[in-house]
Amino acid sequence: MGKMDRAAPQASERYRAGVMKYAQMGYWDADYVPSDTDVIALFRITPQEGVDPEEAAAAVAGESSTATWTVVWTDRLTACDRYRAKAYRVDPVPGTPGQYFAYIAYDLSLFESGSIANLTASIIGNVFGFKPLKALRLEDMRLPVAYVKTFDGPPTGIVVERERLDKFGRPLLGATVKPKLGLSGKNYGRVVYEALKGGLDFTKDDENTNSQPFMHWRDRFLYCMEAVNRAQAATGEVKGTYLNVTAGTMEDMYERAEFAKELGSAIVMIDLVIGYTAIQSMSKWARRNDMILHLHRAGHSTYTRQKSHGVSFRVISKWMRLAGVDHIHAGTVVGKLEGDPNSVQGFYNVLREEHNPVDLQRGLFFEQDWAGLRKVMPVASGGIHAGQMHQLLHYLGEDVVLQFGGGTIGHPMGVAAGATANRVALEAMVLARNEGRDIWNEGPQILEQAARGCTPLKAALDTWKDVTFDYASTDTPDFVPTATPA
Amino acid sequence: MRLTQGTFSFLPDLSDAQVRAQIEYCLGRGWAVSVEYTDDPHPRNAYWEMYGMPMFDLKDAAGVMAEVDACRKTFPRHYVKVNAFDATAGWESLRLSFIVNRPPVEPHFALEREEGAGRLQRYRLRY
Repeated sequence: MGKMDRAAPQASERYRAGVMKYAQMGYWDADYVPSDTDVIALFRITPQEGVDPEEAAAAVAGESSTATWTVVWTDRLTACDRYRAKAYRVDPVPGTPGQYFAYIAYDLSLFESGSIANLTASIIGNVFGFKPLKALRLEDMRLPVAYVKTFDGPPTGIVVERERLDKFGRPLLGATVKPKLGLSGKNYGRVVYEALKGGLDFTKDDENTNSQPFMHWRDRFLYCMEAVNRAQAATGEVKGTYLNVTAGTMEDMYERAEFAKELGSAIVMIDLVIGYTAIQSMSKWARRNDMILHLHRAGHSTYTRQKSHGVSFRVISKWMRLAGVDHIHAGTVVGKLEGDPNSVQGFYNVLREEHNPVDLQRGLFFEQDWAGLRKVMPVASGGIHAGQMHQLLHYLGEDVVLQFGGGTIGHPMGVAAGATANRVALEAMVLARNEGRDIWNEGPQILEQAARGCTPLKAALDTWKDVTFDYASTDTPDFVPTATPA
Repeated sequence: MRLTQGTFSFLPDLSDAQVRAQIEYCLGRGWAVSVEYTDDPHPRNAYWEMYGMPMFDLKDAAGVMAEVDACRKTFPRHYVKVNAFDATAGWESLRLSFIVNRPPVEPHFALEREEGAGRLQRYRLRY
């Protein structure tokens, strides 16, 4: 669009009844310099044919802040310049014709303190169905410290979780009980007992393990806590099982969480599908009751996976750190579910670091200061096994829960043996890494050597040695690599 | 029963050379190493006895090993563990913690139960 179109009209012209381009209404300002307290959103926009990218960006800014489709004179009863979001920069997406990265700044006063529901109702509320755009994706957000400080964040956080569990220096180990549907409470607890006794730190309900005809929630909780306590006695080590309290109403969730507390559970679990407000309510409950809060990201792939439309998981990670969960599933890189190494490391950095620098290779467009907010423990789950231990430690580091569901329960010698195999493989790999060995290249030998003293590990390696999930990722960062001087 | 607290309890007991390599790893990262012992390894016993202060200023693995050995000699029938403390802002806690001595016969924990209403059980772990 030409410069003329963007020139600010006289107020009398600007507020004449009718339809006007969003850019002319004040939602595009190429000279705008975001302030330290602005919320900034980066959208990937795909305008319809004939819609220029600045106008499309302005429309997104308008529809995610104050605008409607036509001029309204009542704007003049407000400090409307302040409340209008401002699109201030549009860049073509490298290597992807027709798509643009649009930067939009929002004044802090547009948002209610400590409310993910309010933040998201603005940023992703109406705008994703807007006709002049073919597709729209929220790629990243910069949350100003002033806004971060209005959230309580994780009730426990990585450091306190480790102190409470007395587990340091290695990833934690978990497993989701399988089959996730159909077991009776008593049989379900058997899997928990065997897995924890065999060497896992945690077992886990799955996202849809709630309260069904074959197993009501109270029955599951009682048998699981019997299993946890028996395993603690057998090993002298703190153990836990994520009791999923997801239910149809908040009243039911509170009832289930209270029962988990009464039984002495260290951790409860919720699903992402319960909604942002329910998550924040459960976070408050967890904080009040010294409970670790595990979040399963059920449903996220409906909007995070395709690059052209939806919300990136790095944004969901940021929202969930604010909302206050202690664990969140964030990808494995090597397992069965979507996960480009760079993108996944970007999510992990958002969850675990004090401060994120701009890191385009990992999809982080903004510097983000977390202002001392506690750290979220990422969980790697889905199609991983002991033979990948060196790759998992290399990609994901130490502060992560590695969850081997099939890789524990599917072990040829039984559940406890599967757990032992994973624990031995993990400890051997950490020991070797700390000794300065090159685990990326020597990993398989390190595992073989450890398996010489551990039959379950040998059986695990023999069973799964050829299992890989080598498919192209759909969600990869788009950036132009900067040449580094040799 | 083999107590499985600590980072490396599922591996065979570490040799002195292996312990020393882990200490070197910790010192190389600027962490302060300390030695603790106990005869009460209950999983909720957060405070094992300190064998001296954390060695904030000791940068030499041989010096740390001497402390480890002295503790093991003084308390051969206790559990002894080596901790590495990281004082970096935002962490300020342990980074590594592993057992380097076990009693000749490790204790068993018994699980006591008390029946409550609605099938509720109260559990208690004791030796």
